[in-house]
Amino acid sequence: MSESEIRATVLGILTRIAPEADLTALDPDVEWQDQLDLDSMNLLTMMVDIERATGVTVPERDYPKVSTLNSCVAYLMSRTPVAQ
Amino acid sequence: MRWGTIRKPSVAWRVTPNLVDYDAVCRSFTWDDARTALDGLPGGRGLNIAYEAVDRHVAAGNGDRVAVRWRGRHGAREEWTYAQLSERSDRFAGALRAMSVQAGERVFALLPRIPDLYVAALGTLKARCVFSPLFAAFGPQPIAQRLHIGQGRVLVTTESLYRRKVAGIRESVPDLTHVLISGTWSADPAAAGVQELETLLNAAPTEFEIEPTDPEDPALLHFTSGTTGTPKGAVHVHAAAVMHHHTGRYALDLHPGDVFWCTADPGWVTGTSYGIFAPLLHGITMVVDEGEFDADRWYGIIESERVSVWYTAPTAVRMLMKTGSDVALAHDLTSLRFVASVGEPLNPEGVLWGQEVLGLPIHDNWWQTETGGIMIANFAALDIQPGSMGRPLPGVEATVLLRDAHGRIAVHDGVVEPAPPGEEGELALRPGWPSMFRTYLGDEERYRDCFVGGWYRTGDLVRRGDDGYFWFVGRGDDVIKSAGHLIGPFEVESALMEHPAVAEAGVIGVPDPVAGEAVKAFVSLHRGYQPTDELRLELLGFARSRLGAAVAPKEIAFDPDLPMTKSGKIMRRVLKARELGLPVGDLSTLEETS
Repeated sequence: MSESEIRATVLGILTRIAPEADLTALDPDVEWQDQLDLDSMNLLTMMVDIERATGVTVPERDYPKVSTLNSCVAYLMSRTPVAQ
Repeated sequence: MRWGTIRKPSVAWRVTPNLVDYDAVCRSFTWDDARTALDGLPGGRGLNIAYEAVDRHVAAGNGDRVAVRWRGRHGAREEWTYAQLSERSDRFAGALRAMSVQAGERVFALLPRIPDLYVAALGTLKARCVFSPLFAAFGPQPIAQRLHIGQGRVLVTTESLYRRKVAGIRESVPDLTHVLISGTWSADPAAAGVQELETLLNAAPTEFEIEPTDPEDPALLHFTSGTTGTPKGAVHVHAAAVMHHHTGRYALDLHPGDVFWCTADPGWVTGTSYGIFAPLLHGITMVVDEGEFDADRWYGIIESERVSVWYTAPTAVRMLMKTGSDVALAHDLTSLRFVASVGEPLNPEGVLWGQEVLGLPIHDNWWQTETGGIMIANFAALDIQPGSMGRPLPGVEATVLLRDAHGRIAVHDGVVEPAPPGEEGELALRPGWPSMFRTYLGDEERYRDCFVGGWYRTGDLVRRGDDGYFWFVGRGDDVIKSAGHLIGPFEVESALMEHPAVAEAGVIGVPDPVAGEAVKAFVSLHRGYQPTDELRLELLGFARSRLGAAVAPKEIAFDPDLPMTKSGKIMRRVLKARELGLPVGDLSTLEETS
């Protein structure tokens, strides 16, 4: 997956968890929790959906590394097979 | 499967538990004796929770002791001594008086776990106002409803929370005359109808003399949810401090010098009774973490703060279990001496996981908003039967009452009959412990309905073994328990039905491996609306923006054929049976009880 595909995938997952959120206004370097109304169950669902969509498992201890859009995309990029 | 009993003591005590001979302590226990652990206001002027929690330690020469060790989300650290907490809460009380806020009026807090939350709680009580904490993950609707029922006069919040959740509902709560902002306000506060808390505290005197406080004066207002109707505001009084201290001593085994960490948010009753008052009443150091659950961070806090007594929740335990023991083993957790859990029943696997990974079994206990303090517990020195709630606290009398098919308790000449051992029934408590709620604010009738034959009905179904241990069976009503929080299905259904597409809504809890239960909504649509994925997401967003993530459904399903009684009420139990693939049972019964 390319970076833009991963980004779109993550945003698509977020849209289904928090449909009320205006993701065009999302600051990609600010934590989800500071901008979106997400509880811990929402975050768990997000990680499960990310795994399903990208094949990358995010272990619990790495959750702080995926707490913003940019850091999440970078994390997934570094772990997905590079698109040729 | 039957799990083996965990025998105590398995090792020599590092510190002798406060409760070793359970039967002897229960026999000789009186509430008058328990009260002597507190000082009372100087000059016999009554009992005030905030004085007992903070000022008396300063008066005893322990003002330099650390009361709160605060960890900010992004690594900031603060330490608050008892003397500092005393002064700032004095200023808060003085500021309330300067605004002409009177004793008995309600001060609400909608705050993250930051130091001002603790200052607001204590300062409010010093001013003899009633403190009502709100969970910051609530959406605008639950906030407005609670402010309305509680006739909140003051709200302490942050700019971010105010703009996102309060500004839009401000006009619907006319009793709210003062909004105090912790931190700074980015523009002109007066133009927005708010005041900066810091400005008020700076202008307030450094000392505040607490006026005479009757132990029966209202102190706390905690909201909880029922099956039907609006949330209920359970009122607790200053005498509750006796229970907070008593349970801190016996159920949490607090000793001088302990570092205590309660992971609950003060927006819920556990987070105030045990996340504020119990540790301060004992004069020990409590840890406050502003951050959300994160396994590595949590273990790191236990390690770096040398936490000795830890009070957490089954959902957190299950998330830690999921994370894997290698994360725990990377930390030095040997400071821990006692670990307890509350929120929903802790499964036996969780109890034993504690023993394997933390080196200590986890002690489950049971109580609820209305009881104000722990009622039934597994104790440090007593054997644990994994999966059991434990035994009643000294001073607490608990029984199991038989229910008929309609959920009613059988009463003969005003007397109820306890269920024989092993038989399922409703857990009931004999009124009289100090932290029992005194009413539901503005709803005396619902309060009276909680009592039968001289017992308080808890709404929870349990069994009691021959040995006196209690076992949780389930809720006796339709209230949903998700991540330890009670969610009223009616509140969620009402919000969904405000959407023009929704004709009827039925909301239930479905099993969730981490949170215990997750909120699921079933909706039927008005003519002309199609059950599309687009509409489902719209409804989900609609509910979330009103209720907030913590209360809104996690899942919405369309169901054109919702089970209803003849009188038009949703039969949630039928929905649940269908969802779980269980037999639906006797519908004539359900018609009357749903």
